[in-house]
Amino acid sequence: MQIYLPIAEISVNVFYLLGLGGLVGALSGLFGVGGGFLMTPFLIFTGISPAVAVATEANQILGASVSGVFAHWRRSNVDFKMGFMLLAGGLMGSSFGVWLFSVLRGFGQIDLVISLAYVVFLSVIGALMLVESSRAMFRHRRHEAAQRKLHKHTWLHGLPLKTRFRKSKLYISALLPVGIGFFVGLLAAIMGVGGGFVMVPAMIYLIGMPTSMVVGTSLFQIIFVTANVTILQAYYNQTVDALLALLLLIGGVIGAQIGTRAGSFLRGEQLRGLLALVVLGVCARMFFDLAVTPGDLFSLVSQVDFSGER
Amino acid sequence: MIRATVKKCTLETVILKATLLAMAFLAFPASARAEALVADLSSHLIAITTGFQGSELLLFGATDGEGDVVVLVRGPEESLKVRRKDRIGGIWVNRDEVTFEKVPVFFRMASNRPVGDFVPYTLLSRHQLGLRFLELPVAEPTVLQADIVSFRAALLRGKSREGFYAPGEGKVTFLGERLFRTNVVFPPNVPTGTYKIEVFLIRDGRVVGAQTTPLIVSKVGLGAEVFLFAHRHAALYGILSVILATLAGWLGAVAFRKV
Repeated sequence: MQIYLPIAEISVNVFYLLGLGGLVGALSGLFGVGGGFLMTPFLIFTGISPAVAVATEANQILGASVSGVFAHWRRSNVDFKMGFMLLAGGLMGSSFGVWLFSVLRGFGQIDLVISLAYVVFLSVIGALMLVESSRAMFRHRRHEAAQRKLHKHTWLHGLPLKTRFRKSKLYISALLPVGIGFFVGLLAAIMGVGGGFVMVPAMIYLIGMPTSMVVGTSLFQIIFVTANVTILQAYYNQTVDALLALLLLIGGVIGAQIGTRAGSFLRGEQLRGLLALVVLGVCARMFFDLAVTPGDLFSLVSQVDFSGER
Repeated sequence: MIRATVKKCTLETVILKATLLAMAFLAFPASARAEALVADLSSHLIAITTGFQGSELLLFGATDGEGDVVVLVRGPEESLKVRRKDRIGGIWVNRDEVTFEKVPVFFRMASNRPVGDFVPYTLLSRHQLGLRFLELPVAEPTVLQADIVSFRAALLRGKSREGFYAPGEGKVTFLGERLFRTNVVFPPNVPTGTYKIEVFLIRDGRVVGAQTTPLIVSKVGLGAEVFLFAHRHAALYGILSVILATLAGWLGAVAFRKV
């Protein structure tokens, strides 16, 4: 059954979209990642323009994060003070990102920047995950416990504006969460990702937050940043396809339940190794599309303004 | 199935209308002389609904005697940027661009025999009969002629690839001496707007009759409302998208809490 997506302006099979949402939802349930960094490339491969894919994904991640944050809220795994600091940075970063998006779109370079950002981030994250998971598998075989120093003192702890975060039992500079929030907000606007895959490691390794607090707090921040991105993208670029987001959400919510359940039967490091391979595969495809000589070097861009036409 | 019935209905009306036209010509030869050509479309509206799969219209008409018929379908005009990619550091990047004005979003031509065989060059160019006669002014004053040639070719190529332009001519068929008909096919992604359908009757290298008929292509239904709303009330649309996604996420969380 074909459905016409009003903003993306193409007809796509409903079940394909539901399935795609379900598949990525299952992956995110399985691996505990948001899935935006997989969904956006898949949408682009489907033929949806990168600009619409990115903006719509922000909208979809918003819904998925709302769905996810409840469980963490009930277990009171959200550090609201930290969340608000991250959010302050995130709102600045995402607003700056949407502005940058508009400017790049005007120059005709937005698709390139989106693809390049994906190639860079997916290759780095895929490689890191692959290394980490293969090490973990190696350790698992030798029955060795991982040893890591509990607290390292680095230059990050010398930054000014130190603040106490009671819930996370931390005393760090407020600049740190604001800075991380800004960077992640920028990624949300340009790449259509929640940024969990950057924020979660940053919160664990740079800020030193307890792991139990990390996911809930990052989800809390992602909700408001993606809401900001959705509204700004809709306002400046008219690239948010709410129907597409809704279809992906329906598939995603169901998929996430399946994924979470399936996850309990599989071993963590093998799962992460598998995800790393998926990420590297997507990255390779995106790079290939950039590097291979296009069938036609020319592309057409219509300059129609729909704001007052009927 | 629905499409089939619709087509059948239109065909019947068309035959009826055509017969009436022919009778009119036969009954009142004096008034027919005033109009050498009469033509009409099976429908003056193409409604793009959510499940739109493209559409096919029938153009039919009658002439007052011998002659050749040329049908021109032009979509509304837009300005169009054409960008050329260049290889920079191993990847392909948009570099140069040329903006063309007055580009019809859609272009089709049909005739009962190749126009080159019976239309003089001056007429072809005056009425822009054919893709190579399209007048497409360039917006930037400093673009080189050589670039215009390649960018213009790219424009025609791109539009043809999307199915909006057709490089060749469609077929106009005569039923007897005076009645003619042709089918105009619109692809599923047909651009919206007011189209102009021009029909020329050409005799001895001169236009002896011409008629222009409008055709509206518009999005109808929920999809169209959403599109217009998103462009006219962009901020409100954004806020509604946020609320919708939040509700959907919340419902999902509630639905699966008990499971």
